Amino acid sequence: MSQEVGHYYVPPPSIWPITGSIALLFMGFGAAFSVNKLPLGYGLLAIGFAILIYMMFGWFGTVARESESGKYNKQVDGSFRWGMSWFIFSEVMFFGAFFGALFYMRIFTLPDLAGLDSKILWPDFTGEWPSAGPGITEKFMAMGPWGLPAINTLILLTSGVTVTWAHWALKLNKRGQLKLGLFLTFALGFIFVGLQAYEYGHAYDDLNLKMTTGAYGATFYMLTGFHGFHVTLGSIMLLVIWFRVLAGHFTPENHFGFEGVAWYWHFVDVVWLGLFIFVYWLI
Amino acid sequence: MAAVDHDIAHAHDDHHPTGLMRWIGATNHKDIGTMYLWFSFIMFLTGGVMALTIRAELFQPGIQIVNPELFNQLTTMHGLVMVFGAIMPAFVGFANWQIPMMIGAPDMAFARMNNWSFWLLVPAALLLISSFFVPGGAPAGGWTIYPPLSVQMGMGMDMAIFALHIMGAASIMGSINIITTVLNMRAPGMTLMKMPLFVWTWLITAYLLVLAMPVLAGAITMLLTDRNFGTNFFNAAGGGDPVMFQHIFWFFGHPEVYIMILPAFGIVSEIIPTFARKPLFGYSSMVYATASIAILSCIVWAHHMFTAGMPAAGQLFFMYATMLIAVPTGVKVFNWTATMWRGSMTFETPMLFAIGFIFLFTIGGFSGVICAIVPIDIQVQDTYYVIAHFHYVLVSGALFALFGGTYYWLPKWTGHMYDETLGKWHFWLSMFFFNLAFFVQHFLGLAGMPRRVPDYALQFADFNMISSIGAFGFGLTQLLFLYVVLKCIRGGEKAPASPWEGAKTLEWTLPSPAPYHSFETPPVVK
Amino acid sequence: MVGVLVVAMYSGLGMAAPDPYQLNLPEPQSIIAEQIYDMHTMLLWICLAIFVAVFGVMFYSVLKHRKSLGFPAANFHHSTTVEIIWTIIPVLILVGMAYPATKTIIAMKDTSSPDITIKVTGYQWKWGYDYLTGEGEGISFLSSLSTPKAQIENAAPKSENYLLEVDRPLVVPVGKKVRILLTANDVIHAWSVPALGVKQDAIPGFIRDTWFTADRTGTYRGQCAELCGKEHGFMPVVVEVVEPEQYAQWVAEQTTQSAAAAVDASREFTMDELKAEGEKVYAANCVACHQANGQGIPGTFAPLVGSKIATGPKADHIDIVINGKTGTAMAPFRHLSDMDIAAVVTYERNAWGNAAGDVVQPSEINEFRK
Ligand code: HEA
Ligand code: HEA
Ligand code: HEC
Ligand code: CUA
Ligand SMILES: [Cu+2]
Repeated sequence: MSQEVGHYYVPPPSIWPITGSIALLFMGFGAAFSVNKLPLGYGLLAIGFAILIYMMFGWFGTVARESESGKYNKQVDGSFRWGMSWFIFSEVMFFGAFFGALFYMRIFTLPDLAGLDSKILWPDFTGEWPSAGPGITEKFMAMGPWGLPAINTLILLTSGVTVTWAHWALKLNKRGQLKLGLFLTFALGFIFVGLQAYEYGHAYDDLNLKMTTGAYGATFYMLTGFHGFHVTLGSIMLLVIWFRVLAGHFTPENHFGFEGVAWYWHFVDVVWLGLFIFVYWLI
Repeated sequence: MAAVDHDIAHAHDDHHPTGLMRWIGATNHKDIGTMYLWFSFIMFLTGGVMALTIRAELFQPGIQIVNPELFNQLTTMHGLVMVFGAIMPAFVGFANWQIPMMIGAPDMAFARMNNWSFWLLVPAALLLISSFFVPGGAPAGGWTIYPPLSVQMGMGMDMAIFALHIMGAASIMGSINIITTVLNMRAPGMTLMKMPLFVWTWLITAYLLVLAMPVLAGAITMLLTDRNFGTNFFNAAGGGDPVMFQHIFWFFGHPEVYIMILPAFGIVSEIIPTFARKPLFGYSSMVYATASIAILSCIVWAHHMFTAGMPAAGQLFFMYATMLIAVPTGVKVFNWTATMWRGSMTFETPMLFAIGFIFLFTIGGFSGVICAIVPIDIQVQDTYYVIAHFHYVLVSGALFALFGGTYYWLPKWTGHMYDETLGKWHFWLSMFFFNLAFFVQHFLGLAGMPRRVPDYALQFADFNMISSIGAFGFGLTQLLFLYVVLKCIRGGEKAPASPWEGAKTLEWTLPSPAPYHSFETPPVVK
Repeated sequence: MVGVLVVAMYSGLGMAAPDPYQLNLPEPQSIIAEQIYDMHTMLLWICLAIFVAVFGVMFYSVLKHRKSLGFPAANFHHSTTVEIIWTIIPVLILVGMAYPATKTIIAMKDTSSPDITIKVTGYQWKWGYDYLTGEGEGISFLSSLSTPKAQIENAAPKSENYLLEVDRPLVVPVGKKVRILLTANDVIHAWSVPALGVKQDAIPGFIRDTWFTADRTGTYRGQCAELCGKEHGFMPVVVEVVEPEQYAQWVAEQTTQSAAAAVDASREFTMDELKAEGEKVYAANCVACHQANGQGIPGTFAPLVGSKIATGPKADHIDIVINGKTGTAMAPFRHLSDMDIAAVVTYERNAWGNAAGDVVQPSEINEFRK
């Protein structure tokens, strides 16, 4: 591990980080103004976002070039592996907070609100899940698991297989299968996101299930929403990797860019399984 | 700690980028470390000025200087700025400077990301501080931003939320960088159990950060959507629960306070053996104690919520778990004592701060244990007793360790010796005024003075006055620190490679000031 | 060393109540408070002993094992035996501390079979008391700070109980178990009376409980102990503990008074009557945010002068007062009586140049509530 003596690549000064910081400066103010409905905010947000995209192209482009020109030795590769693992761990903790909120409300809050002492405040509340809470009387319906969500589960599981297939092809240097496998993976990813969007429409129009629908609505949309956002990001990352494959990047020995994204994809997959079980199924 | 068998007289120290680009685009761990340290010092002054305004208002009963809204904003921002702007970045600055040198690495594992971790702090700080100037002013719900109060705030709250998001991202990147550097970049022969304790404490701290920061991000995201998008996470009418925010916040918040003390333990564990001229007593038990503190810190969070209402079983569990932390922390205190025992001690400024740290931190630790006893906490929760407790662990704990560490490594960073006389003055004045400011707050708290109040009953007048005098004295003393550091940067006696007789870690094998690239060819540690 | 001395001092001294040099917890007035007091004293002594032991060793070493005294450095660096000992001893000490604490916790949580149950509601920024069961059932009133603004703004000399006095204290009989049910209307507050060993957060939408039995008659003071907005420092708790006979007398007074005060909700009031009453209600409930001149505080609290709601349709105005506006500091005020709401709405519509010109009658509020 650390025994390797050799040249560890330390990049020269770079403008990309500061570009990213400027982007976030705009986005931070932009977002804060936007959520308070100041028109200036939307503009700032858009500018910040544009700068961020520009930064990502520049930064990732630099990394890809450095990688292809053989600047990264084994030790650098090791760094990337540690880095990506802990990044994914931090994402797990982020989702953990939202799952925690879901469990907390179901296990502690609702029974408490429906409990004997709370009768002075909420006389008729029974606390059954799915619940919008004692103060929201509007009717809604919960999202059942066996329609679209089940199909989406299948889609994500399949994409987990295709990405593994692509990886295997890459290791055996079967570029054709690699391209196909990757293509299928991100295509499935985008289909998933599309179906998810359709499901939201259905929820709003037919089930009267909204962000504002109390505990159930909040956890449903935040969990599936953040997951959907991660699928989108993952799909875009896969797309980028696919372009790199088309451009002839990666070798059977050296392809951490690919692997990192594949790890991320599996993580997104696993989170979905958690969602499927706890958000859709066990209601 | 480890002997090095290569020639350290590299000659290529000085070809480094110059001008503005050196800082803006920096990929060098030392430059980035320097920026972190200056940033945190500026934030310390900012937070300090807020503290002094608070103390000035509390000098006498009645409302004199700031109105109650502004007072609450100042309290909130003082807490946020000190925690996220001053103490945490200062430790990251130390990590940046020291970790590569102490493990014999050429730089941090991800040099560009390192730059980004720093440069994200600046927009975050701008966002946070400028919330004072928007309609409604800065957030005024305390640094703990409990809903529903924080749902009532104006736009400043949203700015603070986004600022915290950005700082959180910066911290996560910084910690991933540190973990990776420590695990993957050590010089040959530098096994984990040979690493200097400072590196160990930072490794464990970085784990805590990666674990805790995303949870804070989750909590404030829910707050954001509750405020602006009509979700009901923290609203009983919608089946949510304000207390749930407290649980999520403190699941982050408690590890957070250890994030601010573990690296301090590390610094002190470097200083004490050096000036006792004796190896650190119980190295491996120090490592295990640090790890135990970190693990325990994840299961004690609800000790901040004893008055929020929870079943007896919950109170008992969290009380026992919290008390247990005294054991590994005690091990540390005993180990430091044993390190000093039969040493051959000298008392340069770093050593004074280290001893001051142990002495005062232990007082803060004891008041922590007293807070942990549920029935007593019922009396002292949300009073000045708690304020006293955590300033003992944060100011005379974290901050004193930072001062000590700065004096200890200044010769390595600048190539000059600092002014020993002034350094000692800084220590003794800090020590005196700190206690003047905060010891009396124990009495105020026990007698029932609530925290976060701009005005108080007459019986509290005298101690508040004393406390304010102490605070102003302490604040002014810190200007002396600034002066000593500036003086040292600009000149002074030339520092040898190892100005401290008893120093054994790798960085002292490098010349002072440390060359721009520390170990391009890794040293071999035997 | 100075520290040690002061620690020693502060463990022993200070029993008297509001003494400017009070160093310790207030003199306990209930069993729980007493247990807490003793536990705290015991802990202080234990900590002090550990402190003296540890720093005795350290300072001996600091004084004697100096290079300047020519003391040569030893080279030992661990001893498993010693390390095990100093892990186990603290554990034992902690167990010794935890034992009495556990007993007290269990006692503190036992809110069963109270003599009197009182619901306490936290409002921004006052307390509401409703006697739910036991002697006095049905009594209900609000309790807010009575210290005049002039004293706070240093325009008048401060009274003895500055910031710790209220217009209507909570009255309870001595020696009776009082169960307190807590909730809040807007944000989290905390109801605390140190001398009785009680502090409990009031969480909006939830019920929390605690209890006390006062040992002695007297007036016990505390303050809101959870940041609840700008007037957090100005919402004291005052509990008057009286002899049972006095209590019975107080209950009787309250009942007759509230019967006398009850207004005929179907009566029609004139604009002037309503405005006069409304000004009082406004001063008691709304002024902290909307200010005496109705201008509010820009960016934080909406102005009422010229406000669309306060000059527009009556229903919207009544609605925001009764139901509040979620996500803002404008809390629901449905706990006010029909008369009060009618009066304050009328007042707001016709004060500071607002000229809606209409009158809102209590009967309309009653209608609105349905
Ligand atoms: C650096 C930061 C730091 C550190 C290290 C600690 C350390 C500890 N803290 Fe503290 N704490 C804070 C920062 C910190 N705290 C902050 C910021 C708050 C307030 C937050 C807010 O509300 O705003 C707080 C609040 C706080 C509370 C909540 C109080 C309340 O709001 O009512 C409690 C309660 O249990 C507590 C307990 C402890 C304990 C038991 C330790 C222990 O780790 C201490 C252990 C150390 C020792 C005990 C001393 C050395 C040991 C020996 C010599 C061995 C022998 C000792 C014995 C056998 C007792 N802390
Ligand atoms: C993290 C570290 C940290 C540090 C270092 C400090 C440092 C100090 N703190 Fe604070 N403090 C907190 C963390 C910290 N604090 C937290 C988390 C809270 C809780 C907030 C909440 O309730 O939400 C708190 C709350 C808090 C309160 C309670 C406020 C309240 O409840 O209303 C008080 C009151 O005395 C206080 C005082 C001080 C003082 C006097 C210092 C001093 O040590 C500061 C010394 C430094 C200076 C004074 C700067 C020196 C500079 C100058 C003198 C230059 C002057 C320059 C110009 C005028 C241009 N702090
Ligand atoms: C804790 C602070 C607070 C108190 C106390 C308070 N209000 Fe408000 N009030 C607000 C805030 C904040 C708003 C703005 C809400 C919004 O953003 O629309 C508001 C809005 C209003 C409005 C609508 C103004 C408009 O045009 O938007 C009316 C009417 C009103 N309050 C009446 C009252 C009355 C009557 C009382 C007392 C019985 C009262 N308020 C007490 C904070 C308060
Ligand atoms: Cu009510 Cu603080
Ligand atoms: Cu804690």
